[in-house]
Amino acid sequence: MTEGEPLIRWDWVAGHLDEIGQRLVEHVELTAIAVGIGFVIAFGLALLIIRRPRLESPITFVTGTLYTIPSLALFVLLIPYTGLSLLTAEIGLVSYTLLILIRNIVRGIRGVPADVLEAATGMGYTPRERLWRVEVPLALAVIIAGVRVATISTIGLVTVTALIGQGGFGYFILIGIQRFFSTELIVGAACSVALAIAADALLVLLQRRLTPWTRPA
Amino acid sequence: MPDRGATVEFREVTKRYADQIAVDRLSFTVPAGKICILVGPSGSGKTTSLKMVNRLIEPTAGAIFIDGHDVTQEEPTRLRRRIGYVIQQVGLFPHQTIAENVATVPVLLGWTKQRIASRVTELLALVGLDPARYAPRYPAQLSGGERQRAGVARALAAEPPVMLMDEPFGAVDPIVRERLQSELLRIQRELGTTVLFVTHDIDEAIRLGDRVAVMRGGKLVQYAPPGELLAHPANDFVAQFVGSDRGLKRLALLTVGGAEIDVTVDRGSLDPRAPVVRPSSTLRDALARMLESGSVIAAVVDGDRYVGALTLAKIGKMIRSDA
Repeated sequence: MTEGEPLIRWDWVAGHLDEIGQRLVEHVELTAIAVGIGFVIAFGLALLIIRRPRLESPITFVTGTLYTIPSLALFVLLIPYTGLSLLTAEIGLVSYTLLILIRNIVRGIRGVPADVLEAATGMGYTPRERLWRVEVPLALAVIIAGVRVATISTIGLVTVTALIGQGGFGYFILIGIQRFFSTELIVGAACSVALAIAADALLVLLQRRLTPWTRPA
Repeated sequence: MPDRGATVEFREVTKRYADQIAVDRLSFTVPAGKICILVGPSGSGKTTSLKMVNRLIEPTAGAIFIDGHDVTQEEPTRLRRRIGYVIQQVGLFPHQTIAENVATVPVLLGWTKQRIASRVTELLALVGLDPARYAPRYPAQLSGGERQRAGVARALAAEPPVMLMDEPFGAVDPIVRERLQSELLRIQRELGTTVLFVTHDIDEAIRLGDRVAVMRGGKLVQYAPPGELLAHPANDFVAQFVGSDRGLKRLALLTVGGAEIDVTVDRGSLDPRAPVVRPSSTLRDALARMLESGSVIAAVVDGDRYVGALTLAKIGKMIRSDA
């Protein structure tokens, strides 16, 4: 770091609000695409596990293995195939959401009480109606808890995708390190953290809205 | 839909699992509009039998007919929408309000919003839940007894000709249970629904049943009205199951008006401690009153009019009689 520089130069922050806004949009987009696609894939795989419990071990094994690969290593492994692209970034980001999302969707649906399921079937719900009108709504609290964890960890991982040229708040961190400029570094880190906290708070609100029955009257 | 129950017939129904027979060639008919209680110790096959009616369990052999139609010939979900179903844990949907819960089958049947709303209000009132107060609540905000009332309302929503109840009052306290039992009788008489009701409680069976089917080890041991079951248990198992106090239990089914009343006894000559009983009281109540008062005779009074005297000896005769 340059001698005599203050830790944060507020004039730099004031002069770069436009860029901060642009990085915010990039960061949110990268995260939303990853969690969105991850959720669709995880939901399909979770339903498969519910229907065929034998598939639980292999699916958990594959998604668990993906989860253990260090993110930077995964991006590097993908570059020869998909280049420094959005696709490379999203393949990695989506992979990391699967384990937690599948686990929570399965746990949520399996947690629906047996008497509720028996009543639903006994009243004449078809299996499909029962899934969408009873099982999924009742699993919602646990499912959203999974989405929260996946979203926060994705927001963290998106900062790494700056290394493969995908922007987001990680870009500030990257440039800050290259130029020994602490202001940019701190802005990148602080914005990532703030975004994670804000996203989590929004999801908590969403969960409360979607599951009014869990609140005491 | 007709405002009356359907006939339910079990014909040689058998359910065999890999290592055991749960229900063994069960045959009996529940007449339309009657309450039939399936009673027996655990493992007797009563719940399995009940669940074969709405095809939650499929029989291995034999068939069940509702108004002459074989249930296995109908699509299971369509069949179930025409059969009310109440279970012990109630199984209300926790994420839906009481109104939404009660509306379950009408929604599945595609009723109009207006028709559903008026039906829900009518049903909540029928089961004794004030619609304005309870309709917008969630199940978690209700007591056990209130939840079971909502469960009954939900089962009756689409005016089913048959209602299946699997130990519905098993998890509520005795006082609430007794009230729910009386209300079930009132509602059933009002609607004329045929009810198949599973319990392991013989007192509940005698109180509620028009017919009682006693089961043991998957077999039907006796199928009779409660009075006959108490007067003539088919074998030692039934005698033991109904209890050594079956004579007393029978008195609860008989009224003072049905007993032999001595009209020659003048009221003035009665023991001054003699309790006053009504012709509509049960003999069991009359006996209790007499034992409490210390008198061996009771004055039977209908409205304001003295009818005659009831003696302990006549009550004893009723216990022994084959009536």
